Amino acid sequence: MARELWKGNEAIAEAAVRAGLEAYFGYPITPQTELLEYLAVRMPALGRAFLQAESELAAINMVYGAAVAGARTMTSSSSPGVSLMQEALSYIAATEVPMVLVDMMRGGPGLGNLAPTQADYFQLVKGGGHGDYRPIVLAPDSVQEAVDLTYVSFDLAERYRNIVIIAADGNIGQMMEPVEMPPLRERPPVGSVDRGWELTGAVGRPRRIAHSLNLSPEEMARVNASLQNKAAAIAAHEVRYSERFAEDADLLVVAFGSAARIAQTAVRQAREEGLNVGLFRPISLFPFPTDRLAHLATRAQRLLVVELNAGQMLEDVRLAAGAYAPIDFFGRMGGVLPMPDEIYDAIRSAYPHVGGNGNGKGKRSLPAGMRPLTGSWSERMSLN
Amino acid sequence: MIGNLIPVYERPHALTETVTHYCPGCTHGLIHKLVAETLDEMGVTEQTIGVASVGCSVFSYNYFNCDFASAAHGRAPAMATGIKRVHPDRIVFTYQGDGDLAAIGTGEIIHTAARNENITVIFVNNGIYGMTGGQMAPTTLPGMKTTSSPAGRDVKLTGAPIRMSEMLATLDGPAFIARRSVHNPANVNRTRKAIRAAFEAQRQGLGFSIVEILSSCPVNWGKTPVDALKFIEDGMLPYYPLGDFKVSEAMKALLRA
Ligand SMILES: Cc1ncc(C[n+]2csc(CCOP(=O)(O)OP(=O)(O)O)c2C)c(N)n1
Ligand code: SF4
Repeated sequence: MARELWKGNEAIAEAAVRAGLEAYFGYPITPQTELLEYLAVRMPALGRAFLQAESELAAINMVYGAAVAGARTMTSSSSPGVSLMQEALSYIAATEVPMVLVDMMRGGPGLGNLAPTQADYFQLVKGGGHGDYRPIVLAPDSVQEAVDLTYVSFDLAERYRNIVIIAADGNIGQMMEPVEMPPLRERPPVGSVDRGWELTGAVGRPRRIAHSLNLSPEEMARVNASLQNKAAAIAAHEVRYSERFAEDADLLVVAFGSAARIAQTAVRQAREEGLNVGLFRPISLFPFPTDRLAHLATRAQRLLVVELNAGQMLEDVRLAAGAYAPIDFFGRMGGVLPMPDEIYDAIRSAYPHVGGNGNGKGKRSLPAGMRPLTGSWSERMSLN
Repeated sequence: MIGNLIPVYERPHALTETVTHYCPGCTHGLIHKLVAETLDEMGVTEQTIGVASVGCSVFSYNYFNCDFASAAHGRAPAMATGIKRVHPDRIVFTYQGDGDLAAIGTGEIIHTAARNENITVIFVNNGIYGMTGGQMAPTTLPGMKTTSSPAGRDVKLTGAPIRMSEMLATLDGPAFIARRSVHNPANVNRTRKAIRAAFEAQRQGLGFSIVEILSSCPVNWGKTPVDALKFIEDGMLPYYPLGDFKVSEAMKALLRA
């Protein structure tokens, strides 16, 4: 199929439609609104459910309803809206019904700004709502990948009866790139294929209940155990990542989404100049590619984590690789995007045989925004 | 049938044989029965998907013999919207208390009514938060003592109770908005009729219907079951008049037929 130029938000919307999205509920918020606007045209034209809710709170609870009713359903928003959804996401996780959420992260905390950030990594990846549950979180670095991940997200959500989050940012949502769209899926009407859990009316079968209330601690423990087993199965089967020059890298840059896209340019430049630098890009943030990263870290001499936040994925990198290699961090907050040059400088300064004195020993001069990961939490957080 | 006796009353098929957890004298159970009988009479129990709210009726999903979802506190109308948009041919209803519907879920009920969402809402108004142990609700009567208004509700501090039915009736959309009570048999019968009308409105696709039902909470009102029913009549009726607050033209035609 021919490649066409698509804007990220609209491309994701179209990919969802082609994956068989049957019911969309949303609320306007920049930088995600085109997604809603696109579906406002596309969904009714196909006879599918579209509704602009009165709030993200209502939107996610409508999604909850559509999900228990057995539909392929989705909502999309940006950071403050996703904060508003957290209670319902916890309910949805506990009820074990499938749904997809697209988050075009923007600057925060608070009303923040409209600029692209990755500052909601903790919120999205670690659960966000109350209780122990893990959404599957997928972070695209291009419009094409956003399309591809959105397309499979519904299958993943249904396979595990789990929340799948597409964690992107304003860059991905707003930029235009050539995309090859997947085919429009033919799907049977909602409710015509019974999977044994959806609420469709108890015609010719015992009634069903979709709930998340488990008053007895033993029962709640069983539900939790089931969620944890599911998370383990997801971790075993759904890890996704991409690598460039990673196998033989002395310095391994670790970044996801937009940050990885920018870092890639810097890594390529460093390679051209003969530095043994590679890029490891987690695509699934949960499940985090722990094993692969640990393996690479035993080989690399040093890691450099690059994020559009104050260091959130960093914690997962430390858990995976902290025992094997020293880790540096380069971050930009508030929606300020680093230029590839800045990351290049960070690479040079972290590089074991070039800028630094190797393996974190000795004194090195660090570019603005970059700090070595030594010392206590409070030391690390005192940014210059 | 036992021997040649003919049953004149049976448990509605739409209710399960589960013993409810409601307190003695609580009218939640009675209202469940009225809803269940209506579903049976209309022959739609198997076509119905209920949405329980958070409050004393949270376990209603155990008592109704139809598919049931359990919503987050206040969000039942949004969840019901999601279900109805996916299954427009099913009967979808929410069952909500006054804390759920008139406090935390005010936004959802107003917008669901404004959209004229084709669902039915059973709104049980007992003027108090039952489940959490008797705190003040937006519907608590002026001067009424609750655990969070121990000196009696002071309307200067907390505003006056909200009359949800009257408020919703200002919207153009809804097909049917009525308030009823269950404090005596005559009113129970009127409530039954209103519930039937509300579900018929939905079945005919006329849009949003809600029946607000004044209900007792003997335990948190600190009254015997009999005195609690008396309190509905003497205490609540003067503030919450019974009646039909919105009957759309199409609904009027339906009721005449
Ligand atoms: C988000 C959230 N806040 C608070 C609660 C606690 N809570 C449970 S039931 C309830 C009040 C219910 O009162 P009402 O709707 O009047 O129903 P009743 O119990 O009187 O039938 C509250 C505040 C909750 N479950 N969720
Ligand atoms: S607390 Fe009140 S509303 Fe709840 S079951 Fe008891 S009497 Fe009924």
